[in-house]
Amino acid sequence: MNAEVRQIKTNAELALAQAYSAEKARLPGDRKVVALRDAAAARFDALGLPHRRVEEWKYTDLRALIREAKPIAGAPNAAGKARAKDAGKVIGDMDARRVVFVDGTFVPELSDLANLSPGLTIRSMAQALAEGDALVADRLGKVMPADGEGVIALNTALMRDGAVIHVAKGATLERPIHLVFAATGDKAASVFTRSLVVIEQGARAMVVESHDASAGHQVNTALELVVGDNAHVDHIKITSGPSDLVHVSSLMAAIGANARFNDFAFNIGGGVVRNQTFVRFDGEGTHAGLRGASLLKGKQHIDSTLVVDHQAGGCQSREVFAAVLDDESRGVFQGKIVVRQRAQKTDARMMTRALLLSDEAEADNKPELEIFADDVQCGHGATSGALDEGLKFYLMARGIPEPEAEALLVQAFVGEAIEGIEHAGLRDALMEQVVGWLRSRGS
Amino acid sequence: MLEVKNLHVTVDGKQILKGLDLTVNKGEVHAIMGPNGSGKSTLAYVMAGKPGYEATEGQILLDGEDILAMQSDERAAKGLFLAFQYPLEIPGVATMTFLRTALNAQRKKRGEPELSTPEFLKLVREAAGKLEIDMEMLRRGVNVGFSGGEKKRNEILQMALLQPRLCVLDETDSGLDIDALKIVSDGVNRLRSSDRAMVVITHYQRLLDLIVPDVVHVLSAGRIVKTGGKELALELEASGYAQFQGEAALAP
Repeated sequence: MNAEVRQIKTNAELALAQAYSAEKARLPGDRKVVALRDAAAARFDALGLPHRRVEEWKYTDLRALIREAKPIAGAPNAAGKARAKDAGKVIGDMDARRVVFVDGTFVPELSDLANLSPGLTIRSMAQALAEGDALVADRLGKVMPADGEGVIALNTALMRDGAVIHVAKGATLERPIHLVFAATGDKAASVFTRSLVVIEQGARAMVVESHDASAGHQVNTALELVVGDNAHVDHIKITSGPSDLVHVSSLMAAIGANARFNDFAFNIGGGVVRNQTFVRFDGEGTHAGLRGASLLKGKQHIDSTLVVDHQAGGCQSREVFAAVLDDESRGVFQGKIVVRQRAQKTDARMMTRALLLSDEAEADNKPELEIFADDVQCGHGATSGALDEGLKFYLMARGIPEPEAEALLVQAFVGEAIEGIEHAGLRDALMEQVVGWLRSRGS
Repeated sequence: MLEVKNLHVTVDGKQILKGLDLTVNKGEVHAIMGPNGSGKSTLAYVMAGKPGYEATEGQILLDGEDILAMQSDERAAKGLFLAFQYPLEIPGVATMTFLRTALNAQRKKRGEPELSTPEFLKLVREAAGKLEIDMEMLRRGVNVGFSGGEKKRNEILQMALLQPRLCVLDETDSGLDIDALKIVSDGVNRLRSSDRAMVVITHYQRLLDLIVPDVVHVLSAGRIVKTGGKELALELEASGYAQFQGEAALAP
């Protein structure tokens, strides 16, 4: 038992608690939602912002990193919406149904909700909360217990809007859904978005989230995802933004039996980024790929934290994370695989690779395996190193100048990770981002 | 075309080349033979500018210009090409991308326009066909999953596309069976021309039956200890390198 005496609250924690009291009346939701928020606010009050003595956050001390909490973002004005028109370009030419959130609020006029294919329902979370939507009432906050997570509690207390997506049993979405989250304000603000995606049995869907920001906002976003038996779901999250952006994201996914789930997190910006992913296997025979690639420079800090919980047997999980680190950046990977006693025949493999382009960059890696079953295959591996001088020489000996040679090798390194994305158009778009990143590195 | 003057090279603080002199005129093919450890590969690497190969004294002049201070890519753009003894594998970089980037980088440095995609593809298809390289292989990562022979053929393909003026072939025959050796040496012979020079580094005489040199040098203990015609290669085949190792030991 932890009998730690609570520290004195930081200014940021006090400000967030005050923000909840002040905003509470204006936040969407019926009485049940208010009760949910109150309970979450109380939990946040007890937990506070996570800090280095919380094992899961030892490399990302949010309490120290967030000195002051930014004011809660208001509804977007016309200028903000105008700026958001171009948001989400990061996915390139990929044809997708855009659902746009500006400063954490759904903007129907920028979104494409016309002619939804049969079986697809999309609504705004604010509307769903206000109207007591049955799906939300049934699932929200229940996909995965997250009692110990202060940032998720904070998200639940202050969630304003987000997407509620339902894909009915057996439905196949031809067009991917693109959730565009743009924080466009000039002044730094706190943004809390919460989404719920439920893909029923045998359905097929691809959901892309892109997050971009204009200033040093503090974004706390969470997505609860339910993947039904035999469903096939791709989820890709792309995060970019300026070097003073704080972006904390929580994905909570529960996967049914014989399903396919492909998750990919692409990080190419932000000052402090924490992507935490919780995946639970509820049914047998499921294959999941949990992958990611991060490109870091300056003093960026990007933390990918993964908890994969094999509760059912015969599932396969593959985790592959690659990070390219330049300047004084710091990349963190924490991967925990839990195999419950009943989860026999689990096959779980985790691999992380860090490419250090600078002597001052740092990559921290913490793999954990907790295995309670006896007939399983589990493994993890990690590598970190600089660019291969031999390969660079080979390229240069053919007339390729040093910066181009390095760029080719970095592209090759990231490309291997991006192969995990099934959609070729999106793969190409992300490689474009890598090329752009490399170009800006040279300048 | 190539003048190497009094070249001294150290690798990891150890002196490998100890005053090497070599002159190769355009149109000529010179073979450099020598026992293991004599400095053959060091010569190849220092010419191409491999990091860690430090010239402490002497010059390497290409058309009268000292290339020692140049980066490897500048040397390549000036027309120097090294066919590697052990070509490296580059996962994730398709051979086609590699070839095209190299070709266009060299053209750019020489002030020539980049090749269009159809022009480039035509060049590659022709060159690959002659070397019996399947185009499908060129869509894979550079040398990834290639056999030893395929890697060497890929080196010659690069040479054929880049059209260098000075080709340095480092043990191109190592690891090749007879059929692959024939394909590779035919590829090299097609590139012989009156304005191109070649330096063929080899341990064995058999390559020189197929790529017939104009001049043969014996390298021992970091210096050229004997120079002769193509018959010198046959002589070495019969008597071995021992006599020269003795000579080198006696040299000041």
